[in-house]
Amino acid sequence: MAAFKETKLPADAPAAKKALGWVDDRFPLTKLWNDQWGKYYAPKNFNFWYIFGSLAMLVLVLQIVTGIFLTMHYKPDATLAFASVEYIMREVPSGWLVRYMHSTGASAFFIIIYLHMTRALLYGSYRKPRELIWLFGFAIFLCLMAEAFFGYLLPWGQMSYWGAQVIVNLFGAIPLIGPDLSLWIRGDYVVSDATLNRFFAFHVIAIPLVLLGLVAAHLIALHEIGSSNPDGIEVKENLGPDGHPVDSIPSHPYYTVHDLFGVSVFLLIFSCVVFFAPEMGGYFLEYNNFLPGDSLKTPLHIAPTWYFTPFYSVLRATTADFMWVLMCFVAAYTVFIWLKSRLARITKIIIAVVALLAIVGMLPQVLDAKFWGVVFFGGSVVILAFMPWLDHSPVKSIRYRPSWHKIVYAVFFFSFLVLGVLGTLPPTEGRTIISQVCTLLYFSFFLFMPWWSTMGTFKKVPDRVVFHPH
Amino acid sequence: MNFAKKLLAALALVPALVLANEGGFTYDKAPDRSNDMAALQHGAKLFVNYCLNCHNASSMRYNRLKDLGLTDDQVRANLLFTGDKVGSMMTTAMNPKDAKAWFGAVPPDLSVIARAKASGSGSGSDYLYTYLRTFYKDDTRPNGWNNRVLENAAMPHVLWELQGVQKIKTKNVQDPHEPGKTIHQFDGFEQVAPGSMSKLEFDNAVADLVGYMQWMAEPAAQTRKKLGVVVVLFLSLFVFLAWRLNASYWKEVK
Repeated sequence: MAAFKETKLPADAPAAKKALGWVDDRFPLTKLWNDQWGKYYAPKNFNFWYIFGSLAMLVLVLQIVTGIFLTMHYKPDATLAFASVEYIMREVPSGWLVRYMHSTGASAFFIIIYLHMTRALLYGSYRKPRELIWLFGFAIFLCLMAEAFFGYLLPWGQMSYWGAQVIVNLFGAIPLIGPDLSLWIRGDYVVSDATLNRFFAFHVIAIPLVLLGLVAAHLIALHEIGSSNPDGIEVKENLGPDGHPVDSIPSHPYYTVHDLFGVSVFLLIFSCVVFFAPEMGGYFLEYNNFLPGDSLKTPLHIAPTWYFTPFYSVLRATTADFMWVLMCFVAAYTVFIWLKSRLARITKIIIAVVALLAIVGMLPQVLDAKFWGVVFFGGSVVILAFMPWLDHSPVKSIRYRPSWHKIVYAVFFFSFLVLGVLGTLPPTEGRTIISQVCTLLYFSFFLFMPWWSTMGTFKKVPDRVVFHPH
Repeated sequence: MNFAKKLLAALALVPALVLANEGGFTYDKAPDRSNDMAALQHGAKLFVNYCLNCHNASSMRYNRLKDLGLTDDQVRANLLFTGDKVGSMMTTAMNPKDAKAWFGAVPPDLSVIARAKASGSGSGSDYLYTYLRTFYKDDTRPNGWNNRVLENAAMPHVLWELQGVQKIKTKNVQDPHEPGKTIHQFDGFEQVAPGSMSKLEFDNAVADLVGYMQWMAEPAAQTRKKLGVVVVLFLSLFVFLAWRLNASYWKEVK
């Protein structure tokens, strides 16, 4: 470390410049701004899909600010919570606006994050060397789900209450420790005041703290490695005479104004929902949730909020009959790995042993379907984390993949959507079969990716990004 | 070819299977009263006179009725039966324990009931509008009343003096699920005693009452929509400016 040296500025320099110099000598303010945004060079060929990162940031801030104001009036008490939300809606000046912004913001957050992840899937943003960016992002997604789940109990409506009851009971499916574990999470034998208080603590401080830390890590990692782009080309491999990538431009002002335009369009759509359809047909605010939570009245149909339904469908698809199909699937997949993969022999043996244990475990006499439902429910989320190591395609972007890969992606996104729709509806025999087919398609997309992603004729990736001046 | 056709047919069925609705009671459409102050005031009067004896509307403050064009003095003189101050909440004097003993269930709070009763079959207003008009005499029930929408409802027909007494007619039809058997099917109402109102007057009165309950479920709704128009206009301007600003910077990027 060099000794401290005060930067000398001429005596007639503007006061603001002197102040900044004083700060910069003691804290890397200008450096931080330039590294993270001001002189951060980003590829110039970003398209529509690249707007969702900054929008997610905006919604995060929106949720924190509206959340702070809601906390000032909300009462985390089982006997007062429901009425305190109505108090906010009626008696607190503009309380209804803050509350609707927060409830619409929750759904908007998930729409944005799902689109942000879709972008990453389409253009291979998770590929080396961006694995950690993807993993931080995945952890953010987990936190977001936890945040939404804890927050959803707070209005203490029927759907809040029974949704929490159902999800906490899922932990009860874990062998041996399950029932005690769910009791420990609830702090009572049913969801009660104790549960509400701890969920409140998680929602307003514990999860947001972790979330903010992860967002910082996500951004630091991104700005260290540099953004990917729709062509999947590493722009840093082609530097100009100024030492900056020739296909990049500084984020400020170009992406500042670009994102500002995205923000304006988003706010317009967001406001249309907040002001004209805050319930969004019962999807953003469920009708049943306008009845206070009642431990003695189980609603006929308990559905989680829409953003959880694809994964919830996987849980419901795992019926006792379906276990036989899954056992065959696991056996077939193991055989496939033995025949097709180039993994080390020892790895193959470990996989075979795990598969055998799983198949035995899936027998109705050993572990019941409910347990496996929870496993696949969790698995359907966690499998996303492995994307960087499952995709072996020689190109990153879907633009240069064989055309039939697009069909594979389309089938995957379609099954995810169907699972989502089915999760909002009460199950019928036909719907259960459809959700089982979609569950298999969903997992196959990931599990067979190491093979299908290398197959077909790939198109030539150009040396420079595709960019049409506006 | 044949297989491909079958496959296509099966695929075409997917959306139908996914979205198939399992049928239900269709509600009558409640007339819209959201912009009719006189109707909403009339609804408030009916609500205070008939509903508030047993039900709470504990999130609703009496003098919020100002939003419907009523003054504090009007509220105090005409509507303030259960509270003593215009700033108090609309709560009932009935003790929940007594209610449980008398009706078998504590009458639910009605503050947001119009929002809670919305479903795939119709809005909350549609539900209430149909529910309040389909009470009928049924001597097998403890209180002598039953309801078409909410079967075996614990609530008696509070508005019977207005509507009069009606019974249901049934007809025998073939059981669609079991051939050879007949079932009783609902075949309309039959007026057995007249009320103080004609059918048309009663439907109108219930529409006002339901309109009031819809208003009460979200008193800020009109403000919300009005403010929304301003916000959306402002943001449209912002979108235009941001679009042009963005375009002028990106013009120089080659």
